[in-house]
Amino acid sequence: MQKFLKILRFFVAPVALALAGPVVAQASTAAPDALVRDLTADVLDTIRADRAIANGDVSRVQKLVDEKILPYVDFQKMTRLAVGRGWRSATPEQREVLTREFRTLLVRTYSGALSQVKDHKVEMGPFRAQPGDMDVLVRTNVVPSRGDKIQLDYRLEKQDAGWKIYDVNVLGVWLVENYKTQFAGEVSAGGVDGLIKSLTDRNRQLADAKKA
Amino acid sequence: MSVARLTLRGCIAFAVLVLASGCATLPPNAGQDPRDPWEKYNRNMFAFNDGFDEAITKPLAELYVKLPEGVRTCLSNAFSNLRGPSTAINNFFQSKPVEALSDVGRFAVNTTVGIVGCFDVATGWGMEAHREDFGQTLGVWGFEPGPYLVMPIFGPSSVRDAIGIYGVEPFLDLNFYIDYPGIEYTVLGLRVVNERAELLPADRLVREAALDRYSFIRDGFLQRRRSLVYDGNPPRVIDPDDEDDGDDAKAPAPARSTSSGPAQTKPPGEPGDGAGKPVDAKPGDAAK
Repeated sequence: MQKFLKILRFFVAPVALALAGPVVAQASTAAPDALVRDLTADVLDTIRADRAIANGDVSRVQKLVDEKILPYVDFQKMTRLAVGRGWRSATPEQREVLTREFRTLLVRTYSGALSQVKDHKVEMGPFRAQPGDMDVLVRTNVVPSRGDKIQLDYRLEKQDAGWKIYDVNVLGVWLVENYKTQFAGEVSAGGVDGLIKSLTDRNRQLADAKKA
Repeated sequence: MSVARLTLRGCIAFAVLVLASGCATLPPNAGQDPRDPWEKYNRNMFAFNDGFDEAITKPLAELYVKLPEGVRTCLSNAFSNLRGPSTAINNFFQSKPVEALSDVGRFAVNTTVGIVGCFDVATGWGMEAHREDFGQTLGVWGFEPGPYLVMPIFGPSSVRDAIGIYGVEPFLDLNFYIDYPGIEYTVLGLRVVNERAELLPADRLVREAALDRYSFIRDGFLQRRRSLVYDGNPPRVIDPDDEDDGDDAKAPAPARSTSSGPAQTKPPGEPGDGAGKPVDAKPGDAAK
């Protein structure tokens, strides 16, 4: 019995920590603009401090994305909006696979961009929101050490667990909007399963290319 | 080498490129998107441009990035400076006198203190860079983009932007007023290569992220231009299909019974959506 408890303690500590991490992160009640400001500052600091990321170490970038960014992103909503009408005819299983594959694609393609970040700074744009708002726009500019500012805006929704990002705007281009036509095309050609297949194939292709 | 022979060579190279690029594969619903009625032509031109880019522009851009970063920054600054007067004039046309004046000051400072634009001194002095062109001005004046149009070699555009950028803009651009053809065309060529070089990192991202590169680039271009017309803050377009039922875990909702939702919060849908109810909007209104 004593031994069992010891083993249990060994297990409990890391598991509790692992669970508490995301819970603490998700239960953010901070104002949405403060959340975005702190989140981006945190990510930029981490990149500045970690030379491995600047050198393009994929696993370090992945860790950064998993730990710092993903807890604040609602991929399910992002996927539902991008899939549009097809979402309604998708089964719960299909919705789950769609969300997972879309997330994989986005994380894989956009984490490459993170390793390009050097001594960038973030400027907060004007923020207008009423106290009762459930859906807000947070505007920022990324300022590189040389060259033009990069517009980077976020849409957030207030959920039980706090504010979650569900869309991102880079230089005037909203991510969800930019996938809508492509996703609708895939669904009309091959149904929801056709879209799942395209996403899965693309992810496998990218994973193979990285290995090679 | 005589001009005639040069021209002949150019023609042959052009023909080879056209043949090599072949015809684009067309999706079955090509041309049904109201924003892109010329999709069949556009996709073919897109494929041709890809071939041209692979053969000529991209290799030049890859050579160009081997130049020291300081040199490239200098050139890039100087090239933006050539557009300074145009940006000022367009800001004036768009009834933004404060920005227009700042652009005039910016041009004056960077041309003199910044040595023909090589150093961007003005940004540090509080005169921020703007980027305006006559396509945006037409948009501010209320002209719709019209059909999407892939220009030969230059790539994505729309009818409005083609008129503004390729029809009017050259006359506002200082490049046009360099009276030595040798210098004029060298600068023009370098500008194209410089701009292409700046897109090299985005290239890879688009190739990885897009399921269909053509529509990814088209939709990105149209969104970006609309955003620029509104100086980065366009009114939101809400898709009537974006009902927020919040019960994602449940089985498919029965038909579209809930989709009409509160109509007042849902302006006309995006043009690509046949089911969108264009309440009292002109066609193409949403894509403004």
